[in-house]
Amino acid sequence: MSVLVPRTLQDALQATAANPSAQLIQGGTDLMVEINFNHRKPTDVIALRRVDELKSVNIDIKNSQITIGAGLPYQQMEHGEIALHLPALAQAARTVGSPQIRSAGSIGGNLGTCSPAGDALPVLSALNATVNLQSADSSRAISIHDFMVGVKRNARMPGEIIVSTTLPIVSGWQGYSKVGVRNAMVISVASCCLVVDRINGTIAVALGAVGPTIIRCRETESWLAAQVDLKAKTTVSPNLLQEFGDRIATESKPIDDHRSTAAYRRHAVAVLARRMLTRANAQ
Amino acid sequence: MSSTTQTTTRRDVLGASALRPDGAAKVQGRFEFSSDLHAENMLWGATLRSPHPYARLVSIDLSAAYKIVGVVAIITAEDVPGKKTYGLISSDQPVFAQDFVRYVGEPIAAVAADHPETCRRALAAIKVEYEVLSPLTDAELAIQPATPPIHPDGNVIRRQQIITGDQDLQGEIIVEGTYEIGMQDQAFLGLEAALALPDSDGKGIEMHVATQWLHEDQKQIAACLDLPAERIRLTLGGVGGAFGAREDISLQVHCALLALRTSRPIKMQYSREESFYGHVHRHPAKIFIRHHAKRNGEIQRIEAKMVFDGGAYASTSSAVLINGVTHIQGPYRCPNATVVGYAVRTNNPPCGAMRGFGVVQACYAHESQMDKLAAACGLSPVEIRLRNAMVTGDKLITGQVIESVAPVARCIRETDAIALPAPLAKTAHPLEIVGGSGLTSLPHNIVRGIGWGVSIKNLMYSEKFDDFATARCQLKDGVATLKYATVEVGQGFVVLAPQIARSVLGVDEVVLDTVDTGIGSAGSTSASRQTWMSGGAVDGACRLVRQRLFEHVGKKYNIDPLRLVIEDTDVVDMIGDFRISVIEASTGVLIDETFEHHHRPTEELDENGQGNCHVAFAFVAHRAVVDVDVELGLVKVIQIATAQDVGRVLNPIAALGQIEGGIAQGLGLAVMEEIVLDKGKMRNPSFTDYLLPTALDAPSVVAVMIEEPEPQAPLGAKGIGEPPCISVTPAIAAAIRNATGRELPRVPVRPQDICF
Ligand SMILES: Cc1cc2nc3c(=O)[nH]c(=O)nc-3n(C[C@H](O)[C@H](O)[C@H](O)COP(=O)(O)OP(=O)(O)OC[C@H]3O[C@@H](n4cnc5c(N)ncnc54)[C@H](O)[C@@H]3O)c2cc1C
Repeated sequence: MSVLVPRTLQDALQATAANPSAQLIQGGTDLMVEINFNHRKPTDVIALRRVDELKSVNIDIKNSQITIGAGLPYQQMEHGEIALHLPALAQAARTVGSPQIRSAGSIGGNLGTCSPAGDALPVLSALNATVNLQSADSSRAISIHDFMVGVKRNARMPGEIIVSTTLPIVSGWQGYSKVGVRNAMVISVASCCLVVDRINGTIAVALGAVGPTIIRCRETESWLAAQVDLKAKTTVSPNLLQEFGDRIATESKPIDDHRSTAAYRRHAVAVLARRMLTRANAQ
Repeated sequence: MSSTTQTTTRRDVLGASALRPDGAAKVQGRFEFSSDLHAENMLWGATLRSPHPYARLVSIDLSAAYKIVGVVAIITAEDVPGKKTYGLISSDQPVFAQDFVRYVGEPIAAVAADHPETCRRALAAIKVEYEVLSPLTDAELAIQPATPPIHPDGNVIRRQQIITGDQDLQGEIIVEGTYEIGMQDQAFLGLEAALALPDSDGKGIEMHVATQWLHEDQKQIAACLDLPAERIRLTLGGVGGAFGAREDISLQVHCALLALRTSRPIKMQYSREESFYGHVHRHPAKIFIRHHAKRNGEIQRIEAKMVFDGGAYASTSSAVLINGVTHIQGPYRCPNATVVGYAVRTNNPPCGAMRGFGVVQACYAHESQMDKLAAACGLSPVEIRLRNAMVTGDKLITGQVIESVAPVARCIRETDAIALPAPLAKTAHPLEIVGGSGLTSLPHNIVRGIGWGVSIKNLMYSEKFDDFATARCQLKDGVATLKYATVEVGQGFVVLAPQIARSVLGVDEVVLDTVDTGIGSAGSTSASRQTWMSGGAVDGACRLVRQRLFEHVGKKYNIDPLRLVIEDTDVVDMIGDFRISVIEASTGVLIDETFEHHHRPTEELDENGQGNCHVAFAFVAHRAVVDVDVELGLVKVIQIATAQDVGRVLNPIAALGQIEGGIAQGLGLAVMEEIVLDKGKMRNPSFTDYLLPTALDAPSVVAVMIEEPEPQAPLGAKGIGEPPCISVTPAIAAAIRNATGRELPRVPVRPQDICF
């Protein structure tokens, strides 16, 4: 087994070009578990941890967007400027694992694994984030919606490195809630990210752990936008709130497994979405 | 190689909050656990396990595995020279499966190779042909006479009834319920590990292992190896928790066999996943129970049917069952009883000892009933319990008279007197609210509930078993050296034993010798027994030494030894003014005494469940305060108030540690810890999905120690290890019921049990 430890993005890209099937590792909080369980037996590994460019943060107020390096650990998203502009991402980051995991795990790894329970992913989805990929001779930016293609499957091509993700700064309430059977350090049973865009009068709702991949509730979003003026701070009637949750539940596609039941998950996303819409309108 | 010799020099006598000598090393990562053991030239051992819950073994082909470079030996049932089975009470568990596999994870073969990875590849290369059979996974079905037995000994491991008093009595008030308890795992953090070193003549083994009972392991290993017990020398390896899961043999016999076969040291160590397959769990149980009471709440009769699922092999199931049926009345008077219990075999994972040992299941059922009874009689949970609380001198449903100190009412009253926590503030930090870091809930989503649980627990082994403990004390030049085979699993004997020696002998320096089979048995570190039993043995040995010291001093200084006492660190004449330090008194002499402590004998139960089967009892009350997000079914336990009957506090900080730890474990069973089974297969054998409480799940604990010294106990102290985890589970369940109005007849309580 070979392990390359490039110090620059350029070197990392050269390394992936030379060996497109090499296994990338950032924090290792997903990959090492898979290796320990023998689900994956990489022969060549490229470690990205020393590549500082992958930890950069670019806050572009003029264009209302933030670009976060794929290797930035979650712990650095919990507070500070990222949290100020992207509170939902900060909340999602805070729910990931334990302090040890949050100081190693990254969005790049969450995207790389592409689990439906990945906590950063509903936020990326609700915010219509862009995933920036680069290879030795080209780069591309694709929508998060095109990046996630199935259960633990994504659109990354061999030789490509996820360098960053770009998220818009949205004016309006946003939040992330996650149900687990423990008060911390737990894999999501069901989760929800809700983002209100007051300028454009739209709402985005993305659900985690209730389908093969993250689910965007587009029908409910446009239904709600037609019912209420999202540009203004409105109170949503109890009936409307009830229906909002019901519609969210209908758009979810949960399954029964050892962590929970489909019925509970469907119920939970409805409750979370209703509570978050209420919170959004209380602000 | 590990040397567990420890020297402590603090003047910490009984009653002081003496600190553990291994505490700092454990916190700093310097403590040597069994999994850290290493020997020159050692090979690694690994186990092949059945993927099927029930199958006939058709053939095993080792040829491909033997071709792998680095593989030194592969052994199967054929290679077991002695007894082909082992087990604690009845020896029914195959060392390796012979004709059938009866649970997922049953060992089939073991490999020795130069590297763990070689082992893994070798295991994958062993070809096993199975005829897969339909598994029996329903314990109640297993009892039916028409159900084919999955084991030559039949499906019913033991049936025990308790019949006493009026069998037809009907109460003015009758309440009943059927309660279920899920399968809990001990989930100790230090995984199973051992190092076996073969003797050069090939007829003996030195083994370093994390276990709960060195001498029982020695006996079982010797029988399987067909070697005399004295040729199996066991030394305790560093243990990282046990909770019952190390009472049974896991990798010991495999490791010893491989060492003898290869004539090389063998190291074996389980992964977390293998650990779930490699040790027994807490019995899942289903309990029907009906209470008959007078209108004023006085219990007159109980009827109960209890079914404990023992899984594929017996382990300690029969003793767990006896604990279950004999504790089903709870700490309450009950003159009439009609109780029957079964421990049965199924193709589920084997179950055996876990902290609370059969009483946890019984307690969840009787405490759930007490609340139903309270409601039916219009009484508060506290009042119904006080009205029925047993006292010393009361007769149990087995006919045994409670001779132990029994401050049940006092436990309840003192718990009740503990202040309730402040209500949840509107401005509470998100992490203090249900849902924690998931930010699911706001204060207005939350309902607070209060619930009660009270329990009785037997101490030591029951039913005629003489689980004695041995200790040796040597005194020389003011230094006491203690030798015993008492296993330290975290309970704190490493700190207690020197406290005893300092108190009895007036020494400062106490050396703890290596814990091994070079001395008589100490019995198991289980059943809340070591402070009483090994504490009694150390105390006895130290007293014998003190007697000899007084004789020596008396002779030398011409004083009647009967006039001598120890005062602080001096030998003092009670009547005259003679005084000499213990150091000086013991300089140049070696006093060496060994003492065996036996508890009083007990009896077996007769066919109607009558008999003095238990040694002694301890009691505890718990009051739980929980916050529940009813709509999402999420729970956070806010506070546990408890008053525990401890006899006497020997080390306050250690006692509190046991209480807090037990509460966390009982909380786990109440709201999250369960091995989820699907047709005999574990769905969550990892800490990703087998959830243990984290710091954010742990409640604040307010504990009162009730000190009424127990006359039977050598140090006046009762065992305190198990009680904290027993009635806390029903207390939490009751608090959730109180908040939600749901019946919740099953633990762990899951979100969907609350919100639908
Ligand atoms: C105890 C524990 C608790 C956890 N709790 C949570 C939780 O609560 N929520 C949650 O969402 N996750 C959780 N996880 C999973 C994990 O921490 C996250 O998915 C994390 O985001 C992974 O990031 P990483 O940098 O460690 O990824 P790695 O393990 O390094 O990589 C994961 C995958 O992504 C690929 N990859 C990584 N970086 C790049 C890149 N720049 N370009 C292309 N591919 C890349 C890797 O090749 C690999 O396939 C937990 C894990 C553990 C061990």
